[in-house]
Amino acid sequence: MVDFELVAFPPSDHPEPGDRAPDFTRPLVTDEYWEDRTLSGLAAESGGVCLLFYPLNWGGKSRYWWSEITERSWPVEEPAVVGVGISQPFDHRRFADFLDLSYPLYSDPRNDVARAYDIVHDLDGMEGIEEPRPAVFVVDEELLVEYAWVAEEWPQSPPFDEVEAAME
Amino acid sequence: MSEDDTPADDPELTLYRLHGCPYCERVVRRLDRYGLSARSRFVAGGHSTRNAVARVAGTRSVPVLVDHDRGVTMPESGRIVEYLDRIYGEGA
Repeated sequence: MVDFELVAFPPSDHPEPGDRAPDFTRPLVTDEYWEDRTLSGLAAESGGVCLLFYPLNWGGKSRYWWSEITERSWPVEEPAVVGVGISQPFDHRRFADFLDLSYPLYSDPRNDVARAYDIVHDLDGMEGIEEPRPAVFVVDEELLVEYAWVAEEWPQSPPFDEVEAAME
Repeated sequence: MSEDDTPADDPELTLYRLHGCPYCERVVRRLDRYGLSARSRFVAGGHSTRNAVARVAGTRSVPVLVDHDRGVTMPESGRIVEYLDRIYGEGA
C-alpha cells in the first residue's frame, strides 16, 4: 500500500444489492466475433453475470486484473465473467489475444454503460476521454444485483477474494 | 455463449460480416431494402481466425448469411443477393 492519499472518487448512486441492474446492448467481443448482446439475454443464458468495469486496455491495471482473473480461473458461466471497457471492438480483440483471455468484453466507447451505472471516471489530463470507474457487479439471471463493489479511490483494484466469494 | 446456429435473442437471419467489407455492405443494403433485420456477427483478422464462419459455412470468406427458418447457410454476396431477391423480393 502507498502511504499517501489517493484521489477520492465522489459519491456514486450505483446499483446496490437487491436493485435491478440497468440493462444495455453493446457489441460483445468474443474469441470468434462480436455481436450486439443485451446484458439481460446474456445473464438469462449464462446463469448470471459478473460484470467487471475496468480501466483502459493495455494499461497496467487492465493487464494485471485480467491476468489475475485468468490465474484464478474465474467462471465463464454461472455466472459468466464479462468485462466492460471503452475500447472499440478491434482493440478489445487484440487485447484479449495478447492476454489469451477467455472472457468476453463489452465495447462501450461512449462510456454510456458506465454512465447508466453512475460510475463515470473522467480521466484527468486526457481531454475528451473517460472510462468506467473500477467496479464489479454480480447479477443473477434476472439482473438482480447480488454483489456490488465500486472503487472509492483511484487507482483501486477489485477485492478479488471478496468477488470470488460472492460468485459462489 | 450462444450456439452458432441459434441466435440468443430474436432474428431469423444471421450475417457474418467484416467491418468495411463492400461485399458485406451489399448484402446489408439488400436486407434493408426488404425490411429484414439480421443479427450481425463481425469477424476480425485474417482468414485463419474465422473459425466460427468455417464451422457454419465451410468457408472462411465473408459475407455468409444464415437463414435459420429455412435452414439455409450461404456464402458469396452475389448468391446471397439472388437468394434474398428470390425469397423476400417483390416477386416472391
